[in-house]
Amino acid sequence: METSKVIHAFYTDDEVLLDAVKAVKAEHHHIEEVFCPFPVHGLDKAMGLAPTRIAITAFFYGVTGLAFAIWMTNYIMIEDWPMDIGGKPSFSWIENMPAFVPIMFELTVFFAAHLMVITFYMRSRIWPFKDAENPDPRTTDDHFLMEIPVHNNEEALTSLLAKTGAVEINIVDKH
Amino acid sequence: MYQFSGKLKTFSVALIIIGLVGTIFSFYNGSQKTIEDAKHVITASHATGHGAGHEDAMLHSEEKSKIEHSNNTNEHGDETAHAEEIISDSHAPKVAEEGAVDAHSATDVQEHEAHVLHQLQNRPWSAFYVALFFSLGITLLVLAFYAIQRVAQVGWSIVILRVMEAITANLLPVSIIMIVVLVASVLHMNHLFPWMAEGTVDPTSDNYDAIVDGKSWWMNSTGFILRSVFYLIAWNAYRFFIRKGSIKEDTADDGNKTYKKNFNGSVIFLFIFMITESMMSWDWIMGLDPHWFSTLFGWYVLATLLVSALTVIAFFTIYLRSQGAIPGINDSHIHDLAKFMFGFSVFWTYLWFSQFMLIWYADIPEETTYFVARFTEYKLPFLGMVVMNFVFPILLLLNSDYKSKPWFVVIGGVVILAGHYIDVFIMVMPSTVGAQWFFGIPEISALCFFIGLLIYTTLNAFSKANAIPKGNPFLEESEHFHYYNIEHTGEGSANH
Repeated sequence: METSKVIHAFYTDDEVLLDAVKAVKAEHHHIEEVFCPFPVHGLDKAMGLAPTRIAITAFFYGVTGLAFAIWMTNYIMIEDWPMDIGGKPSFSWIENMPAFVPIMFELTVFFAAHLMVITFYMRSRIWPFKDAENPDPRTTDDHFLMEIPVHNNEEALTSLLAKTGAVEINIVDKH
Repeated sequence: MYQFSGKLKTFSVALIIIGLVGTIFSFYNGSQKTIEDAKHVITASHATGHGAGHEDAMLHSEEKSKIEHSNNTNEHGDETAHAEEIISDSHAPKVAEEGAVDAHSATDVQEHEAHVLHQLQNRPWSAFYVALFFSLGITLLVLAFYAIQRVAQVGWSIVILRVMEAITANLLPVSIIMIVVLVASVLHMNHLFPWMAEGTVDPTSDNYDAIVDGKSWWMNSTGFILRSVFYLIAWNAYRFFIRKGSIKEDTADDGNKTYKKNFNGSVIFLFIFMITESMMSWDWIMGLDPHWFSTLFGWYVLATLLVSALTVIAFFTIYLRSQGAIPGINDSHIHDLAKFMFGFSVFWTYLWFSQFMLIWYADIPEETTYFVARFTEYKLPFLGMVVMNFVFPILLLLNSDYKSKPWFVVIGGVVILAGHYIDVFIMVMPSTVGAQWFFGIPEISALCFFIGLLIYTTLNAFSKANAIPKGNPFLEESEHFHYYNIEHTGEGSANH
C-alpha cells in the first residue's frame, strides 16, 4: 500500500484560514482535517462537512431520561415503599404526578446533557489516556493547520496553498 | 417607505366596527338581565342536577340554545334553554353546592340569586376586559422587549426595531379604554372586583369581609385608580419619548448623542416597568380574587404576555417582510424571534407549574380555591391551554430548521396566541362570571375589536416612519446577522 502523504499548511489567522479553505475547496481538493486553537465560525460549512446530528441524539437521550424518571419515581415512591406525599395518601403515580415533575425535568436534562457530552467525546475520538491527534503542538497555541492528502499533485497544491497565505507548508508521511 | 394597503385598512376598520357592534349588543343584553334570569339559571341547575336520566334532554336543549345563541335571539322563551346551556358547563361539585344552598335560609337563597345575577351581568364586561387586558399587555410587553433591545444594545434586532415600535402605537388607545373600564368598575357599573362592593370594609355591614379589610391599605378605590393612572401614564410617556427619539436618531448625526439619550430613557423605563408590571397584575388581575394571593403572579402574567408579545412581533415581521417592506431582513431574524417564542413558552410553563405545584403540595384551603374553581368549571380550557402553550410549541418549534420557516412560525404562533388568550380568560372569568361562562358573541366581538385596533394602529404607525432605523449604530450588524446553522432562502454557501 502506498504510504499516504499529506500536506500540512499553517496559518496564523482564522480569517485567512477560512478564505484558504474556500480557495482549496473551489479547486476541488479534499481537505482531510483542519486543526484550530479555537472554534472558527463558518469553518464547517466552508469545509463542506455534514451538519451535526447531535441534536437528534439529544432529543432521544432526553426522552430516555424522562422515561427513566417516570420508572424510578414509580418504583421508589409508589411500588417499593408507598409514600404519603403531601398528605394525599392516594398511592397512585398519576395523582402524585405534580410532585414528580421536578424529578422528571432534572433527569431529562441530566441524561440529555451528560450523554450528549459522552457522545461528542466518542464521536471526536477523545477518551481517557488517548494520545493527542493533532500533528503539531502549535495548533493548540496560535496556529491553524490544514491537512490535505496528496495524490501526485504536490506542486499544484503547494503553489495553491502558498497563494492563500500559508506561513509554512510541509509535506509529511502519515502513518 | 411602507404603504398601509387600502384593503387591509378596510379590513381592520371592519373588524373594529364589527367588534364594537357586537360589544354594544352584548352590553345591552347584559344590562337586560334580571333576577328572574338568575332564578332560571339556578332552577335549571337543579333540574339538570338529578341523575343521568336527564342527559338526553339536556344535550338537546344545549344544542338548541347554541343555535339560538348564534342567531342573536334573546326572547323570553329562550332563556331557560340559554340558562341550561350555561349551567351544563358546570360539573357535579358546583351543582351539589347549589343543591345545598337550596336547604339554606331564604336570605341565603336571595344572596345566591344576586350573586348569579351579578355573574350574568358581568359577562360582557369580563369578555371585554379579557381582550382589553390581553391587548394592553401584549402592547406593553412589546414596548418592554423593545426597551430591552436598546438597553442591551442588541445587534441582531435592529432591522425589526421599527416593527416593534409600530406595535407600541396601540398602547395609547388601549390605555384610554383601560382607564374607562377601571373607572366604571370603581363607579360600581360592574361587579368585576368583589372588593369594591359596598360595605366590604365596614364591620357593621352584612357584607363585611375581614380579609379584604385587612388588605384595604392597598385595595381601596382611590389607591387603585391612582396607581392605574400612574402605570398607564408612565408607560405611555416612555412610548412617546422613545418614538420621538428613535425617529430623531435617523437624521441626528450627532455622534450618537440621541442614541445615548434613548438608551438612558430605556433604562429608566425598564426599572419602572419591572415594578409597575407586578403591581399591575396584582391590581388588575389578582384583585378579581381578593382573598387569594400568589407571590409569583406578576412573573406568571409577565410570561404569558411576553410570549404573546413576541408572537405578535413575529407575525407583523413575517407579514411586512412578505410585503417587501423591511429591507435587510433575513431568515435568521425570524429564527431568533421563533427561538424567543419557544424559550418563553417553556418559561411560561415553568411559572404556571411552579405556581400550581406549590399550592397543590401545601393544600391550604385559601390557596387551593383558585385552582378548584378552574378545575371544576373550566377543566377543558384550563388543561387544553397547557397543551397549546407548552406541548404544541415544544414539538413544533424544537427543531432548529423549523424556526426559520415563516409558515411554521405562523402555525405555532396562532396556537400560542390562542392558548394565551385562554390563559388570560381563565385568569379573569372564574372570578367574575364563575360557572356562567361561554365563548360567544361578547368574547368574539371584543377580540375582533382589539385585533382590528392592533392591526390598524400598528400598520398606520409603521407607514409613518422609515422601515429601518437608519441612524442606529448597530444597523450594519443586524443586516449581516446570520445564525450559523441555517441556510437563508435565496443564498448559497458562498454567502457564509
